[in-house]
Amino acid sequence: MHAAQFQHDHLVHFYHLHALDWVDIVSALKADPKKTADLADNVSNAKVGGSAYYKQVQQRIQTFVDSGQLGPFSNAYWGHPAYKLPPEANLMACAHYIEALRLQARAARMHAVFGGKNPHPQFLVVGGITSVADLKPDRIAEFLYLQKETQEFIENVYIPDLVAVASFYKDWGAIGGTTNFLAWGEFPQGENEPESLFMPRGLINKRDLANIPLAIQEKVAENVTRAWYEDGPDLHPYKGETKPLKEDPKYRPDGGKYSWFKAPRYEGEPCEVGPLARVLVAYGKGHKEIKPLVDATLQKLGIPAAALFSTLGRTAARGLETIAIGQAMPGWIMELLENIKSGDTKTYTSWEMPDEGMGLGLNDVPRGSLGHWINIEGGKIKNYQYVVPSTWNFGPRDDKGKLGPVEEALIGTPVADAKQPLEVLRTVHSFDPCVACGVHVIDPDSNQVYKFKVI
Amino acid sequence: MEKERSFYQRLKEKGVSRRDFMKYCTALTATMGLSSSFVPKVAEVFAAPAQRPPVVWLHFAECTGCSESLLRSQYPYIDELVLEVLSVEYHETIMAAAGYQAEEQLHNAIKKYEGKFICIVEGGVGTKYNGGYGKVGGRSFLEIAKDVCPKAAAVIAYGTCATFGGIQAAAPNPGGYKGVGEAIGMKTLNIPGCPPNPINLVGTVVNYLLLGKLPDLDDMGRPMFAFGSTIHDKCPRRSHFENEEFVEEFGSEEAALGYCLYKMGCRGPETYNNCPTAKFNDGTSWPVEAGHPCIGCSQPNFWDTMTPFYEEM
Repeated sequence: MHAAQFQHDHLVHFYHLHALDWVDIVSALKADPKKTADLADNVSNAKVGGSAYYKQVQQRIQTFVDSGQLGPFSNAYWGHPAYKLPPEANLMACAHYIEALRLQARAARMHAVFGGKNPHPQFLVVGGITSVADLKPDRIAEFLYLQKETQEFIENVYIPDLVAVASFYKDWGAIGGTTNFLAWGEFPQGENEPESLFMPRGLINKRDLANIPLAIQEKVAENVTRAWYEDGPDLHPYKGETKPLKEDPKYRPDGGKYSWFKAPRYEGEPCEVGPLARVLVAYGKGHKEIKPLVDATLQKLGIPAAALFSTLGRTAARGLETIAIGQAMPGWIMELLENIKSGDTKTYTSWEMPDEGMGLGLNDVPRGSLGHWINIEGGKIKNYQYVVPSTWNFGPRDDKGKLGPVEEALIGTPVADAKQPLEVLRTVHSFDPCVACGVHVIDPDSNQVYKFKVI
Repeated sequence: MEKERSFYQRLKEKGVSRRDFMKYCTALTATMGLSSSFVPKVAEVFAAPAQRPPVVWLHFAECTGCSESLLRSQYPYIDELVLEVLSVEYHETIMAAAGYQAEEQLHNAIKKYEGKFICIVEGGVGTKYNGGYGKVGGRSFLEIAKDVCPKAAAVIAYGTCATFGGIQAAAPNPGGYKGVGEAIGMKTLNIPGCPPNPINLVGTVVNYLLLGKLPDLDDMGRPMFAFGSTIHDKCPRRSHFENEEFVEEFGSEEAALGYCLYKMGCRGPETYNNCPTAKFNDGTSWPVEAGHPCIGCSQPNFWDTMTPFYEEM
């Protein structure tokens, strides 16, 4: 179920939340459908294609544009000089944007099969799962079919598109990088954790891939100096406090508080989390599925491993882990089937609420490392804290002035037109923000502050 | 006839047979509680709306799960809703514009379509500290709602947060969150749920396009076609309730037999929604089918009134 979440999330992120930072829809109208079909045949094994297909997609976009109601595509940065794709590549990507919109609705059914619905599946309870009646061959086959269809799209369309688009934006292999990376890891394949995790746990200090220590949760603390909470010391989440200021919070980026995010730190250092962190940890550890995928992609693009520390690397890593996880899924599902065959259909373990206790859960979810910490006293929750991926990535400065990862990544981004900061969007979106976040661009000539929102 | 032929031709090109499409329209018509004579008219709505109705979608305190749920619509798929049925002028998640251009787009759309656009609100509205706990582009949700909503032809509160305040309105509710209607003192059409079923939004919009008015509503502003009866009324496990066959522990034999989840804290008897008949994700399943008790996610003050979960009412 969690792997299905990765497949779905990453697909939607690439096509629907990030692609239009690189793909110019308006330019697609100028494409030659025949040449587009040739391009698509060259780069991918997409099931649908051919010049008639691309002609029809182009006509559909033209009809839409001619209607004068541009809807969600109004007022964007079409024609911006930072768009580098030829019209044919733009048309191919637009067609796949639409195909992916349909596919994701079907891919989400994987969750509904065992989880009742998507989004917000309801089948997990403390102690196990409830969908015991769905652990039958027909439901498992339904899941397998949907998974196969999704994985085929990922391998034959998403990744080829990613590589085709990336080949026009290789300069982005030197823009938007950060320094430290944290992955709690995910997908246990046995009883031992973290040893059996398919995506391994690890910490990368100062881009050092040769020496990746295990990440230890005790070393996490959050700082609230620049966040809209009552001031206090750095606290580990077990002792964490959430005391929002009792006022209309004012945005004070120059020395004051300016964010609802706390600033999480690992041994005092900010860390990027997410697909790039996971893939770098796996790559550095010589992961047998991830390493060859990364090496082959670097080779195809003709860029060095150092280019992974970038916006391009982040977007590529997301695609590559989607493939690797998708390839592992059928094996996991067959294990379930084998269990059922041998009569092991246990879905739940009884439990009792303790009067006192502490506990934690460390996972990696599509957007990155996720930790939950709970304190129980008198049979009730006394404290519950979580540090979620976007808090790591989008957290503000701390008391020592250290920048959050996204802040660091944006420094040095070339911006052709400060009024249309498309380049900034590329890096911010590459982190897959779980937030509508506010950023400011200052024009060094006029000192005029342009406010804009990244969504 | 010409128009009809070209429409079905278009569907065919997209891999949707006329039969599939009519099946969908029939299901939607039934969901909306209209007679079968409306089926061709429902089809007509998707065939060729004269001008696509403009939609302004506002995001307040939410998780975007409601938008995600709409993305899961099949028949019509979301690309058809966006490209051919509606004109989504402003929607922070799917729109290409960002920042200043996004704000400008909102401003332009409201001006151009004043009194004509459908405003769909996702998320709760903070009322404490001048609404300061939630802002977009420096303006509080409260200020944006007060500005935009009164200029719409209709305001649809989509999801439990927009309708009743949702999770951020749970005690102690530090930001003073409320549903949008209550926050700005305005009547809204309400489609609660966490998330709501996209078919209930599509049904409402089709009603609007078809009859030029919103569907019949109950006293809480919810469309009768979707919220006219409780989960319990239409639950396929109802006979187990009548026979007093209950699940008393997850993982038990009774759970495997699909017995009634009432004793596991099911809120079906007090929750108005059409989950058992509409189901989710193209009819794939719904929570009770997955063996999970209904948590009452579409009811007023969900969280405070429905917790602790898993305890009998």
